[in-house]
Amino acid sequence: MKHVRAINQKARLIEERFAGAEDSVGPLAERIPFGCSTQLAPGWEVDSGGGTYGLCTPIERDLYDCYHSCYWPAQVPDALTNFADWSRSCGAPVQDWSSIDLVFP
Amino acid sequence: MKFHTTLFHRFESDGVPFAYVTPTAAVVQLDEMTSEIIDNFSDAEGAEPGPWLETLEVERQPQAREAFDELAAMGMLRPVGAPTAPPAQQPPMPYPLATLVLNVTNKCNLSCTYCYEYGEDRVSNQEKPDGTPRLPMMTEETACKSVDFLLKSSEGRNGVSITFFGGETLLNFGTIRTATEYAVARGKERGRPVAFALTTNATMLTDEVIDFLVEHKFGVNISIDGNKGDQDRHRTFSSGRGSYDIIVPRIRNFLEKNRPQGRPVGARVTLTAGMAPVPETYHHLIDEIGFDSVGFAPVTSAEDREYALADGHMGQILADFEILSQEYVEAALAGKRHGFSNLHDLIQEIHQGINKAHPCGAGLGLMGVSTEGELGLCHRFVESGEHGLGTIEDGIDEQKRSEFLNATHISKKIPCHECFARPHCSGGCYHEAYVRYKDPASPNLHYCDWIRAWTDLGLRSYAAIAQGNPEFLLNFESASGAPAPAIEKDEVNR
Repeated sequence: MKHVRAINQKARLIEERFAGAEDSVGPLAERIPFGCSTQLAPGWEVDSGGGTYGLCTPIERDLYDCYHSCYWPAQVPDALTNFADWSRSCGAPVQDWSSIDLVFP
Repeated sequence: MKFHTTLFHRFESDGVPFAYVTPTAAVVQLDEMTSEIIDNFSDAEGAEPGPWLETLEVERQPQAREAFDELAAMGMLRPVGAPTAPPAQQPPMPYPLATLVLNVTNKCNLSCTYCYEYGEDRVSNQEKPDGTPRLPMMTEETACKSVDFLLKSSEGRNGVSITFFGGETLLNFGTIRTATEYAVARGKERGRPVAFALTTNATMLTDEVIDFLVEHKFGVNISIDGNKGDQDRHRTFSSGRGSYDIIVPRIRNFLEKNRPQGRPVGARVTLTAGMAPVPETYHHLIDEIGFDSVGFAPVTSAEDREYALADGHMGQILADFEILSQEYVEAALAGKRHGFSNLHDLIQEIHQGINKAHPCGAGLGLMGVSTEGELGLCHRFVESGEHGLGTIEDGIDEQKRSEFLNATHISKKIPCHECFARPHCSGGCYHEAYVRYKDPASPNLHYCDWIRAWTDLGLRSYAAIAQGNPEFLLNFESASGAPAPAIEKDEVNR
């Protein structure tokens, strides 16, 4: 860490875990196949602090990207064939994301 | 989403800001950016990171974002309302014992006025539940059975330790000798080393006793209150005569014979009203008598005792501890050990980041055994039927043990949840709480302010060493393996 300097053993342990979390992404990502339904992206993801703010693609920002282009994981309904109206109640995802509902295929 | 800071304590050393993060017991050094973030997110209602970031100059924003993430990773920032981690569970039960404290006698040849065994605040009962008097001395048979019980109840651990306690422990030297030799033999058979410790008032440190203690590498704690005036005020024979002149030549003889191969010897001072300043007592015991370390503990008593420490006394003790802490830091910066064991122990906990769910090992890895073989939470509770935990014959009452550990878990001590010193204190001594509040599960609210001030002093001292001579802190990074010899830290007052 650059700004928080770990001093005691416990802080160093947490720091190592933080650094380790970043490193573990690389090798795993290389093995993940591309493709809408096979991708293992976790979907409704939060960051280490429990929020979505720091994520590169938080759910509320790119919901439609997942929905329309089938980029995001399989647990988002597909707009192409089955659930064309799913996002009707959610005009502005940043504000309204919680109003969208579950689907039961 | 709003974020706010978690519970932490900010302090400075040499103008540099540090923080002690309570949920994790991590100690971190802050910089300008992290300090600024903490200031902006310390409100309980929290703040939105986005709008705050935009108040910064554009070129500082990437840095601020990075610092924000680091604080979140270190557990210092959390989303408001985010569910907290579930409280740590009890260790898997039955938890293996590490230490057994054998009360080899409840008799004493001194009549210290403040003693919790015989004084006004005793919890022990000299009669058994059936009304018959307890044996004044533990028999050799009970002591050896206790050794077997310990070896059986500590499966999974490599070494174990036995602490002999009293009364005046050495009044029953015969049992100590037999139990020690038995434990060495049984330990060898099973390939499990046994370490020994005892606490004594030093009146009976004869050459024979000394040779035995040195040979078996006993960790020895000697209860002594300081100079002649202070020692003789409370630590008297039943005639009222002081004990200083009797014990000091014996202590010197012991220290001399022990030094070449024995373990360091600690003095344990009970602080009462009217004593000499703590640094004076420290230097008397270290420089003039020759102890390796000195630990101080305020007397355990109800408030109205003549020797009880009032708030003013506790303030003076803290000021005195600050003086000794400065000495400790100066020694550490020069790469030398200093014998102020209260601070030494505190720095050890701070460096390792110890975060306690229970204030001590009583009922967990440590138990006391009465002269009759009854098990108690610790040596202070052994003869109080109410806090009994079984017997060495029938084993540990696991249900009672679990109930006690559940009731005393830090998650149940609500006032502690707002306190930054919680990882170190965890509510404080059960016996102290029992004497004050008649409830061992109660946090010791009468010394919260003092503990916070003392923890702050420990943190400042720690940071000064981390800045000036970090190599010194390697002394606290002991490899796990052999168990630390059981020297009870609170074995004063007796």
